[in-house]
Amino acid sequence: MQITEANIVTILVFMVSCVLTNNFIFSKFLGCCPFLGVSGKVETAFGMGMAVTFVMALASLFTYAINTWILVPLNLVYLQTIAFILVIAALVQCVEMFLKKASPSLYGALGIYLPLITTNCAVLGVCILNVTDGHDLIFSVLNGVFGALGFLVAIVLMAGVRERIESSVDVPKSLRGFPLSLIIAGLMSVAFMGFSGLFNNV
Amino acid sequence: MDWLIPVLLALGVLGVLGVIFGLLLGFIGKKFEVKVDERVAAVREALAGANCGACGYAGCDAYAQAVVDGKAPLTACAPAGKVGADKIAEIMGVSADIGERMTARVRCNGTCDNVQYRYEYEGPHSCRAAAALSGGPKECSYSCLGYGDCYEVCKFNAITVENGVASINDDYCTGCGACVTVCPRSCIALIPKNRTVVVRCRNTETGKTAREHCKVACIGCKRCEKVCPSEAIKVNNGVAEIDPEKCTRCGACVAACPMKCIHNYFEGLHEAYDWK
Repeated sequence: MQITEANIVTILVFMVSCVLTNNFIFSKFLGCCPFLGVSGKVETAFGMGMAVTFVMALASLFTYAINTWILVPLNLVYLQTIAFILVIAALVQCVEMFLKKASPSLYGALGIYLPLITTNCAVLGVCILNVTDGHDLIFSVLNGVFGALGFLVAIVLMAGVRERIESSVDVPKSLRGFPLSLIIAGLMSVAFMGFSGLFNNV
Repeated sequence: MDWLIPVLLALGVLGVLGVIFGLLLGFIGKKFEVKVDERVAAVREALAGANCGACGYAGCDAYAQAVVDGKAPLTACAPAGKVGADKIAEIMGVSADIGERMTARVRCNGTCDNVQYRYEYEGPHSCRAAAALSGGPKECSYSCLGYGDCYEVCKFNAITVENGVASINDDYCTGCGACVTVCPRSCIALIPKNRTVVVRCRNTETGKTAREHCKVACIGCKRCEKVCPSEAIKVNNGVAEIDPEKCTRCGACVAACPMKCIHNYFEGLHEAYDWK
């Protein structure tokens, strides 16, 4: 791909749309489990977001490589899901071992949600969408990185809102905890829909 | 044999991928190895392993970690009891002083035959649901409801519901207190295991009302008080109470009670029981 002005614009638009308009959580509804599960504190939410970013970026790179250079030539496309999960599980294990060594407190705070990145549908989602949308290597990786950054933005925003609400607002008993989180998630999703008109003129 | 090649190919591709990732993970695992305190596993072994949560931690693993970190008392595992606490103390190199062995006792004998019913309850099979419906179907508002919430929550199969009242098997009860927490009526209490004489009623209503509601209610007649040779029993607020310090388990009150609401569990205990 030659680097021209048009290409750069396309790439920039693609990046921003991955984060805002095609946000994995708010417009594709993928990865909702950790989004609700570990959005209690901004710090842990950020840690989760970074872990997911790492896994998604590398997963989209590896799965693109495996799909294009191994599965398609050998006519084994039906093994996509299982091969992708293999890649993701290995990456998640790496992250887990790294975090256990580097930051035991974050490891403890993420708890069960860390190994559950393996089954995070956003991660498998980005790999499979890369294939179905026919992205090339650069766009696959960009999709992974910026899709994950969208996840990071969403989960950190959510954690910020929840932290505020927990500390200052008198929430009715029936709404405390998950009910209110679900309502917040819905409202944020509606708010993010506002971005969908962003690129009409480009 | 046309089908064989694609199958072998698929197996081969996934196998090779798996081996590559396995090797990579093994390498990274070596690099980021974290030393785990050997004592955690040893302490975990000494616990009862029911994940009952009686210690106040998320599970046996969390408790074992907390013990080794010095954040938790050695004796908090009620199911493991004295044996477990001694083992943990040995691992940690300190001495454990465990309190009296506790057991759960149902302080009610209002079985279907004994207690009067106010209405027929046909809701969910749960004491908590029944208690929420204008105080439950039994006339006595202190009674065991008998829908077995304690039976559901008991991890050690120590509880059965017989004839509308929960019954606890001493041999299986570990004193974890899960049933005490779940009972909506506070019918079950944790009592030292050697305190075998128990007043199986908490009804503070006047004698006449209590008798109308249940055939085995404590009516506060004070006969037990008079007959007790060691002055261990007192009627307080319309219901008999036993002072564990003074009680000698002689059984005089059990024989004297006209309502048969005092029970001596001593016969039910097997003889080899260690009174500590």
